[in-house]
Amino acid sequence: MRSILTIGSRQFRSYFNGPVAYIVMCIIMLTLGFFFWKTFFLYGRASAREMFRWLGLILVFALPALTMGLLAEEKRTGTIELLITMPVTEAQVILGKFLGVLGLYAVLLVLTIAYPISVSTLGDLDWGPVWSGYLGLFLQGSAVLAIGLMASSWTSNQLIALFVALTLSVFFWILDKFLALLPTSAASALQWLSFDYHFQSMARGVVDLRDILFFVSVIVFALAVAFRALESRRWS
Amino acid sequence: MIDARDLTKHYGPVTALKNASFQVNRGEVVGFLGPNGAGKTTTMKILTCFIAPSGGTARIGGADIFEDPIAVREAIGYLPENTPLYTEMLVLEYLDFVGKMRGLRGAGLGARLRRVVEETSLDEVIGKSIGELSKGFRQRVGLAQALIHEPPVLILDEPMSGLDPNQASEIRELIREIGRERTIILSTHNLAEVQVTCGRVLIISQGQLVADDTPEELAARAGKPRFIATLKQNGRSAAEIREAFAVIGDAQSVKEHAGVTPGELQVEVVPKGNQDLRADIFQAAVSAKLVLLGLEQRGENLEDIFRQLTTGDGGASS
Repeated sequence: MRSILTIGSRQFRSYFNGPVAYIVMCIIMLTLGFFFWKTFFLYGRASAREMFRWLGLILVFALPALTMGLLAEEKRTGTIELLITMPVTEAQVILGKFLGVLGLYAVLLVLTIAYPISVSTLGDLDWGPVWSGYLGLFLQGSAVLAIGLMASSWTSNQLIALFVALTLSVFFWILDKFLALLPTSAASALQWLSFDYHFQSMARGVVDLRDILFFVSVIVFALAVAFRALESRRWS
Repeated sequence: MIDARDLTKHYGPVTALKNASFQVNRGEVVGFLGPNGAGKTTTMKILTCFIAPSGGTARIGGADIFEDPIAVREAIGYLPENTPLYTEMLVLEYLDFVGKMRGLRGAGLGARLRRVVEETSLDEVIGKSIGELSKGFRQRVGLAQALIHEPPVLILDEPMSGLDPNQASEIRELIREIGRERTIILSTHNLAEVQVTCGRVLIISQGQLVADDTPEELAARAGKPRFIATLKQNGRSAAEIREAFAVIGDAQSVKEHAGVTPGELQVEVVPKGNQDLRADIFQAAVSAKLVLLGLEQRGENLEDIFRQLTTGDGGASS
């Protein structure tokens, strides 16, 4: 457990030594601000629904930039060799890396609280759906991060990792947007696999255990694949 | 301390290592020598459990690389080739990270940090980021991180490559210092390095161990001693001078070549066996009324042996 925390905190701090984390944070805050305030006054309602609608989408695009280097860069520079030959297991490395980027994501989410707070000064905001929405956002973001870590474990090229992670996470987000074109049975299955479907119900204020379990299974699956990929280097 | 048995590694169709077996005892400094691509790095990666061998196994301090890789890693301080470090981190921050990963905490960690910084003379760069450091200092950081948990075994992959002669001699000195209490395996393709630093040499060629000996024994094994006499020519012909030494009973061959300075001549005498011919050469010079300016004994150097082992009978082709 200690090793996981040590790896995680090193990863977390290293984000602040490079530009990527700052760029991602700026992009998220600016685009969120733009879309949020652009539509906010149209509805004339004190609600965070609009914010979540946009934030869910922005994160799907922005978070892979945080995960692309997690393992790919370590493989490219060779630092992975020193990390793995310390007394740690591959699972601890994966969990530590995941924890590090999760920490940064949590900081990012805390920053966005500025938006609901400013809304609440303009009207009577119902905080219930805000918290459940944040839980949904946290879970969906964690799933995107886990997928990004998995993509990063497959290559030593950050750009490839970024591209694969983007493709996968956008795919899972967009899945429920074309359902009208499909027969009902296929549509409901695809809808169930969609990130946005599970997230939107939480953003409405509904905390359903099934939605939580969905995201947790995606995270566990992606991390397990990343673990296998990291371990497979021993036998290659 | 290190016991490798029949290590074999295939990368797809390529065999990087074939049935390599060797032992390294506590306190030995062993040089791992071979041309690029011979299997040195592969062997080191296997010993540190970064990759698994396709066949065979190894034990480090009693722990098997398959059964207890964590114990193996705990016993080893490792410096991979090209010293991969987190360049964005500060030196102290990095060593602190490695210390924590090695299970050190609090006062114990602080004491170890101070000790390795002192041992590797890093105090002047402790607050700099690793990316700013010269290659020599980076190498010291690499050694410091390998030493932080006081491992009984050090595995250093080309610790001296890419350094200028001053830096290299500093690092060499440091390794010799460290090697007093530890078992060290270091790889290199610099032969002079091995002669100075290592008590034993393992020569590897095309994935196979072709020699395992001390540098001196290797040199003795490969070639007879030769004696080089430098003489004043004093107007005498080379053939005449050569004749003067051909009378030595134990001499197998006598060759002359021009000396380094004009007016001097060098004669190379090779004995039939391993006899010491220095006295005979002196006597021969005196009786032929030749002025002997210098006399030296040369064994075949490690470089010749290396070339011989890694291109000739050691491997199938060069």
